[in-house]
Amino acid sequence: MIWDVLGKLLHAFLVVGLVLPLMAALMVWAERRVSAFMQDRLGPNRVGPAGLLQPIADVLKFIFKEDVIPGHVNRVMYVLAPLMVFVPALIVFSVVPYARGMAIAPLNIGILLVFAVSSLGVYGITIGGWASNSKYSLYGGVRASAQMISYELALSLSVIPIFLVTGSMNLESVVAWQAQNVWLLLPLFPAFIIFLVSSYAETNRLPFDCPEAETELVAGYHTEYSSMKFAIFFMAEYINMITFSALVVTLFFGGYTLPFLELPAGLWGTVLSGCIFAAKVSFFLFLFLWVRWTLPRFRYDQLMDLGWKVMLPACLVLIVCTAGVRAFIWPG
Amino acid sequence: MGIKVVRRPKLSFTERIYLGPIVKGLRLTIGHFFGTLTDVVLRRKQHERKTATTMQYPEERWDFKDNFRGAPVLVSDQFDRMKCVACQICEFVCPPKAITIWPSEFDESADDVEKGVEKYPERFEIDMLRCIYCGYCEESCPEEAIFLLQEAELVGRTKEEFVFDREKLLAMGGVREDRALKWHNK
Amino acid sequence: MTAFFWLFAVLAVAAAMLAITRRNGVAAALWVALVFVCIAAQFVLMRAYFLAAVEVLVYAGAIMVLFLFVIMLLNLDEKEAARLEGPRLHAAGVVLAALFLTGLVFTVREAGLFEVPIGSQGSMLPAGETGNVARDLFLEFLLPFEIASFLLLAAIVGAVLITKRRLT
Repeated sequence: MIWDVLGKLLHAFLVVGLVLPLMAALMVWAERRVSAFMQDRLGPNRVGPAGLLQPIADVLKFIFKEDVIPGHVNRVMYVLAPLMVFVPALIVFSVVPYARGMAIAPLNIGILLVFAVSSLGVYGITIGGWASNSKYSLYGGVRASAQMISYELALSLSVIPIFLVTGSMNLESVVAWQAQNVWLLLPLFPAFIIFLVSSYAETNRLPFDCPEAETELVAGYHTEYSSMKFAIFFMAEYINMITFSALVVTLFFGGYTLPFLELPAGLWGTVLSGCIFAAKVSFFLFLFLWVRWTLPRFRYDQLMDLGWKVMLPACLVLIVCTAGVRAFIWPG
Repeated sequence: MGIKVVRRPKLSFTERIYLGPIVKGLRLTIGHFFGTLTDVVLRRKQHERKTATTMQYPEERWDFKDNFRGAPVLVSDQFDRMKCVACQICEFVCPPKAITIWPSEFDESADDVEKGVEKYPERFEIDMLRCIYCGYCEESCPEEAIFLLQEAELVGRTKEEFVFDREKLLAMGGVREDRALKWHNK
Repeated sequence: MTAFFWLFAVLAVAAAMLAITRRNGVAAALWVALVFVCIAAQFVLMRAYFLAAVEVLVYAGAIMVLFLFVIMLLNLDEKEAARLEGPRLHAAGVVLAALFLTGLVFTVREAGLFEVPIGSQGSMLPAGETGNVARDLFLEFLLPFEIASFLLLAAIVGAVLITKRRLT
């Protein structure tokens, strides 16, 4: 019993405490180099081979910067806000099966937990913006709360057809269903598009980064943050990107499986499945960067229009259609 | 000055779903991405690169034209003889007064005296912080003893370090072949 | 299990007390969010995972964020806050609270929830499984469910009407 618990804790610590932050650091490097390449520059290539150690230098810089708490802020909430963003971002990954039989918490309500916890992340952003007591931060926080509610609806609704088709909310069984039948991307392509677009809005990435909106709001909700507190906001954004890429892969792209490939039993099969998963996730992470450095930011009213007048009705129509197909044409 | 109403064009359905322009934009950026990626992976030199425009200073430097005016230095001829005869024309012509020369006469016994050279610079200093790289010194020198290098990146920590003395200037200038050798062939 | 129950129960009550005593609207809203999370934790202890997730998702994740949004937008100052006080409002508050409490106690006793032992799987609750929740919601309690959704629809129409009138 005690060893069981300890093993689980170690597993959680390794994945959430070590691998995810490392991946996030790597993503910062990737973001800088990819953006540079797309703009005909070279990007950071001096620290370590190909600049790979640049994140370490960045982290050192953040740690040694002065941690300023401005005099006009609400101290308790100002300090709490970065953690309120960071912790949900870490928790969400725990239900994702990242290799065969490997998930920190293989829950039956897996995807519901994802939405429940990630919906708490908005508190950190909103409170951070409010506690900073500056107009730019407040605008950022208010925008974040409105935007995330709007897109969370579309995000959660776009997943419902998946449950109608696979009959389970457990991510492991969703993957198993896809391995047996077909990647859900094919039957549910509109759901995939809606999920992808909404996840960009959920993670506050371009073209939906209105809460940050450098051109209008200085830096949005984290205008008044410096040093490690800013770094935590920053890390949370990248960890969210990783989580949502992992979710897209799990829900629509067959997770850690490949079609026409029988995974060998034993350790090697698990490792191979992990590699497949990592490769797929990398592609979607690249897509995040690719889109960011291509598209301009949506105007705020366009963003809201898209969320409420396009995504939400499209989701509802999709759900009704899928339910109809499931009930009358192809009852499981 | 009336009010000008900007008419927003009515967008068609395909325009309103943004998809076409998004794909077009994504194609453009990925093209640049892979262009730069191949440039970097193949370690192409600056002039062979397809898209990447950044110069990797200090490994790569600018390609200057031959008439680029860099730091002024003193040169020796192929017999390792300092060509400057301390006529002080450069000192006189120098607009920012960067050049200072302390002329001295040769002893009777020196080789150069037979050939008719009477003076040499005992000390010759150029204050590189004053120098404006105009090239008047090079232009006016009757002995072709002072030249402007292609190099203009001088580094130092103090103002004093930028006052280059005769030995340093000669070392920087090195040997420059003299085809006339007017004193030698006298 | 019992220890966890008391932990979250005490935390929930404390957070609720703090929520109604804060003068700062944003702080109060955050304490209410904590209450929701604690209640979700109680659901988890009863192995009603679905209810727990939905509790956090809907109440803490959506409704309280909307509250927060409105509070931050309105940003009541001291003078306006004072306008919302007075003996009549206090009396109305007390009466409403008493009514609500009575209703709550009756409902809980009728459902026999007082008899459910702490920490056991709540046999009265549609424990966890999505199917059970759906069956109860769409078969047994369909009428109340539809009435509730009709009320919400009326509220939405009203909200749209108010904003439209202000625009014209």
